[in-house]
Parts: sequence; C-alpha cells; structure tokens
Amino acid sequence: MTDFSLLDTAPTQGVDRIQSSYLQQVRKRRLYGGITLLVFVLLMVSGFNIADDRNAGSFWDGIGKVGDYPADVLSEAWEKLSDLPGLIVKYFPALIETINIAAVSTLIGAVFGLIFSLLATRGLARWPRLIPLFRRMMDIMRAVPEIVIALVLIFVLGGGPVPAVIAIAIHTAGALGKLFSEAAENASLKPVEGLASTGANWSQQMWLGVIPQVAPNYLSYGLLRFEINIRASAILGFVGAGGLGYELRNAMAWGPGRFDEAAAIFILLFGSIVFFDQLSSRFRNRLSEGRAT
Amino acid sequence: MTNAELTLAKSQADTLFGRKRQIARAVPAIILAYFVYIVFAFDIAGLAQRAKLENAVILASDSWSYKVHVTRSNRTGEIDYAVEGERKGRYPEGERPDWVTGNDVVTVDLGGDHEVRLLPEKRTEVDVPGFGTISARAEGRMITTNLGNDLPDWISVSDRRVAITTAEGRIAITGSKTEVFNYFPGWELFFFTFESPYQGQGLFSILFGERIDPTRHNIAGAWKDFWGNAMWRHADVAWAVGETILMAFLGTFGAAIIALPLSFLAAKRFAPFAAIRYAMRRVFDFVRGVDALIWTVVLARAFGPGPLTGALAILVTDTGTFGKIFSEALENVDEKQIEGVSSTGAKPLQRYRFGVIPQIMPVLLSQILYFLESNTRSATIIGAITGGGIGLMLTQAIQTQKDWEEVAYYIILVVIMVMLMDWFSGWLRGRLIGRSEAH
Repeated sequence: MTDFSLLDTAPTQGVDRIQSSYLQQVRKRRLYGGITLLVFVLLMVSGFNIADDRNAGSFWDGIGKVGDYPADVLSEAWEKLSDLPGLIVKYFPALIETINIAAVSTLIGAVFGLIFSLLATRGLARWPRLIPLFRRMMDIMRAVPEIVIALVLIFVLGGGPVPAVIAIAIHTAGALGKLFSEAAENASLKPVEGLASTGANWSQQMWLGVIPQVAPNYLSYGLLRFEINIRASAILGFVGAGGLGYELRNAMAWGPGRFDEAAAIFILLFGSIVFFDQLSSRFRNRLSEGRAT
Repeated sequence: MTNAELTLAKSQADTLFGRKRQIARAVPAIILAYFVYIVFAFDIAGLAQRAKLENAVILASDSWSYKVHVTRSNRTGEIDYAVEGERKGRYPEGERPDWVTGNDVVTVDLGGDHEVRLLPEKRTEVDVPGFGTISARAEGRMITTNLGNDLPDWISVSDRRVAITTAEGRIAITGSKTEVFNYFPGWELFFFTFESPYQGQGLFSILFGERIDPTRHNIAGAWKDFWGNAMWRHADVAWAVGETILMAFLGTFGAAIIALPLSFLAAKRFAPFAAIRYAMRRVFDFVRGVDALIWTVVLARAFGPGPLTGALAILVTDTGTFGKIFSEALENVDEKQIEGVSSTGAKPLQRYRFGVIPQIMPVLLSQILYFLESNTRSATIIGAITGGGIGLMLTQAIQTQKDWEEVAYYIILVVIMVMLMDWFSGWLRGRLIGRSEAH
C-alpha cells in the first residue's frame, strides 16, 4: 500500500510544485511589469505637466490653434498663387546652398570618419594602443550638437555656409566613424594579410584590402547621413548659417502679408527632403540587393 | 583552354580593368571638380576677410580664464573691484583683492613686474618692464600722457582714450574712469559669490569644520548658496538640462506610443484595406518630410515658446519615422506564433499582444532607445529655436558675446548630457534585450 501511495503522490506533488512555482513566477513578472508600466506612465504624465507648466502657452489652449498658422499661410499663398512659381525660383539658390552644405559636409565627414574608423577598429588599426583614444574622440565628436560648433564658428568666421559645413562635418565624422568601424570589424582580414605579405604599407592594405569589402555598406550609410544632413543644414540656417533656413527665419519675421514667401520656402524644403529621401532609399535598396546576390 | 580562348579571356579582363580604372579616376575627379565649384560658391577667398581672428583669441583665452576689473571713477575717485565687472561679482564693501595695496596711492600688481598706480588728481602710472613708465592724467574729457608719437602696437592713444594691452592685463583710461583688467586662469566664483560666507572656504572646513554661518548648518547653507549662485545660476542651468532631457523623453516615447497602433494600419499583413495602408504610409512620409524645423515653427505659433513645443515637434516628426520603422518590422513577423496563439482561442487583441508584440519588441526598443539618445541632441537644437532648455541658454550666452567661460561651461554640460544619455540608452538596451542583440 505504502509503495503505491508513494508512486501515486510523488508525480502529482512534483507537478503541483512546478505549477505553483510557475504561477508564482508569472505573478512576479506581472507585478514587475505592472510596476514598470506604472512608473513609466507616472513619468510621462508628470513630465508632460512640467513641460506644460513651463511653456508659454498651455497644451489644451494651443491644441485648437495648431491649424491656424498653416491655414493662414496656405490661404495667403492660395490668394497669391500666381506669385508662387516666381518665389520658388527666387529661393532656389538658397535651396542649392542648403544642399551644398549638406553634400560638402557629408563628403568631408565621411573621409574623416573613414580614417577614424580604420584607426579605431580592432585588427586593422595602425596603432592598436590608440584605439580607445580614437573611439573617445569619435564619441565626443558625435556628442557635440552641430548648433554649438556652428554658433561658436559664426562668432569667429562670420555668418555663411562655412561654419555650418565644419559643424556638420565634425558631427558626421563621429557618427559615420562609429558605423564604419562596426562594418569594418566584420571585414575579412585575409586580403589584408595577402597585401601585407607583398610588402604593402598600412594605407595600401586599407585602401586595397578593406575598402572594397565595405564600400557598399559605407556608401549606404553615407547616403543616409546625407539625408539627415540636409535637415541639419536647414536648421543651422535658421540660426544664421545661410541657406534656406536663414531665408525662412527672415520670411517668418515679416509676418502676415509675406506668408506667400514662407509658403514657397516650406514647399522647397519639404519637396527637397522628400526627393532626397526617396532617391537615397532607392539607391540604398539597390546597394543592399546587389550585395545579397 | 585553347590559345584563342585565353586571348579572349585576357582581353575581357583588360576591358574590365580598364573600366574599373576609369571609374577609379573619374570619381575623385568629379569630387574635386565639385569642391572647386564649392570654393567659389561659398566664397572661401572672402572668408579670410570676414573672419575675425581677434574673436578667436578672445574665445580661446576667455573660456578658461576670468578677469577682475579694478575701476576708478575719475569723478568721485572711488575704486570698485568686481569679477568680470559684474555687479553680482563685486567685492564686498571694504574688501579688495590681495594684489591691490596702498591707500592714497593704490598700487595694482598685475604680476610679472607689471604695475599700475592709481594716483590722486586723476593721474595713472603704468610700469611695463622693458618699456618704462607710462603716466596719464585726465582733465575733463581729455587725457594727457608722457607718450611720444612712435608707439608700439599694444598701446593706442588718442586725446580721449588710452588703451594698453600687456601680457599680464589690460588698462583703459578715459576721462570718466580708469579701468584695469587683471586676468587669472579658472572659473572664478563658480561655487559661491562674495555674498556667501562660504566663499573662499575649503571643502574640508565646510564639511567638517565649525559653523561658518551661525544661523545655518554648514552643508545645507553651502548647498543653498551654491545652488543659488547669482553669477553661474546653477539651479537654472540644472533646470535647463532637465528640460532638454524632458523634451527628448516626452517626444520619443510619445511618438512611440502614437506610432505603434498606427503602424499596424500601415503594415501589409494587418491593414484591413489596402487603401488605409497606402494612406497611412503617405501620412508617415508627410510628417517625416515636413521636418522638425518646420514643425517647430508651426507649433511655436500655437503653443508659444517653451519645452512643450519642443517635445511636440520631436513627437510629431518621430511619429512618422517610428511609424515607418515599426510597420516594416511588423511585415517581417513570423506567422507561426500568431497561429499558435489563435489556436488557443485568443481574441484579435490577445493575438496582437501575445503573438505579435513579443516578436517586434526587440526592434522597437532598440530603435526607441537609439532615438532617445539622438533626440537629446535634437532637443538642444530645437530648444535654441523654440526657446527652452540648455540650447536656449547656450545660444543666448553665445549671442551676448561676453561670458565665454559660461559658454564653455554649457558646452561641457551638453556634451556630458549627451554622452550620459548615450550610455544610459545603451545600458537599458542591454538590460532589456540582452547584450547579443544590442548593436
């Protein structure tokens, strides 16, 4: 009898134990999840209230007025619709400047990012001991917002596109350097070894052994950066670095009566961002497909 | 392989190499041509004239040093001592720096044997080693000096104004006042202003020493005076940094909360009609394309300047970006898990909660956290435009072109803030998704 009862109860006891400990775990997880959610909701709500308090106008007053300004701009632009093509032509050079700032800073930033990334990648670095140094340098370059460098340089160099180019290029070098170095870490070292055996120096090893492997990847990162930099260059224009953003600030300062100019600038900015967005995403898709086949 | 085949292969290889070589030459040539065009388009040649190198010198020296102004009013004869010449940095009544001595003749020792003597009857004498003594006297609005016509370029003299710039400090004399600027390295009064009794006390004596201010406990009092420092405004700066992080936090997570349900409507597998999916995608593209700059401008009209406007601008822009990323992630989910969950009789909402969300959670979280870090930087920039946070303080400090040590302080704070957010989001990503999936 005793044997039977042992055989009979042991498995059920085991199952019970597993079940209860499982349920306990589930309950614990639910509790933790609930607490995390509660803390998160509390943070969001209190954060919103603080931001609302410190804002000039409150959220609930302003939410109804969000459409007013676009409506004013659109209605005025609609009335003067015949002027719009002329205004678009007038501001086209500013758009070109904004795009030029983005393109030049992407190119310069990519070159420096490339050099930094190779110097900061394990297995490829020219001076392996200095890898942490180059990494920290990239971190700092990435962390400084463009506007900081741009404003300081505007003080020294005067307004215009050059401070914006330098500011965006520094940030780009840091941001691309990190992505480039992650891609370079996955590159095969065999071509590098082969080149080294023929007596190639470091720069030849990199240029002929590593770059061809990672070029499609780098190109696609660079294009994505170019897209981001167009936006950045428009914003920097707003603080005095020239281009479309600068024109936008002036047009805004004039206020009603000149809303058609603001509308023309909005259209140009929106159009060019969407255009380059589509262009680069198509090109990037082709790059990644080319790699897959 | 026959000889003919070999020749064919060789010629094919040659053409291929030739084409590659052409591309290898053409790409740098195009970039070079573009840069030549840019040199003219950006007027690089004119930059040399527009650039103000003296501004760079001011920037480089002022950001890590401070100056104490010794100002004698030539009308009343009173002498005033103030850090950076600010009222908030004025020495208390009856006190003066220890490098100033004498009563009838006040001697200011600039260091390196440079000495300025403020004599009675509006007279001033300046000793410069290797040059001699310069003496100047103010009469009404006119200045008379012992200087001849042949002067080095660090002295500028007119009948109204004398300015002397030495390596140790600057002296400016006009009819109304004589000013001496003595430069020192460091950020003066960073912890306490002269109004505080804790000014000039060491850390040890504040923490463990006797009560300096009998009415207050040392640490509490010191903290209050530090926090309320009128020159460096630590409390305001901390608020501003908090506001910037708040903008990034509200914007990023608000965008994620709004984008998640909308992204279901934009994903091929979950959208009820193709028309809705198409419309939703265009909405995402539009919101992204309008860009944070325009959103900031538009929203600032409705909500006024402040952190809420910045948070909303980030929120709206990133709703588009998140919507796109999330809907792409949703299109890649595995059908099997959803089938498994629905086989247990789960309702649609439960299917989403247990079949879909766990699959896309890693992608979602890593993207959201990545954007949290990058939005901290954006919030600094947007704050400068919309008027909130550390971005505003920084732009104001730069635009007044006066307190470069404050600018340096803010820049360091911004860099630390962004790096901390970078580290924090990386840490959180590691905790939530596991190290292996964190990039």
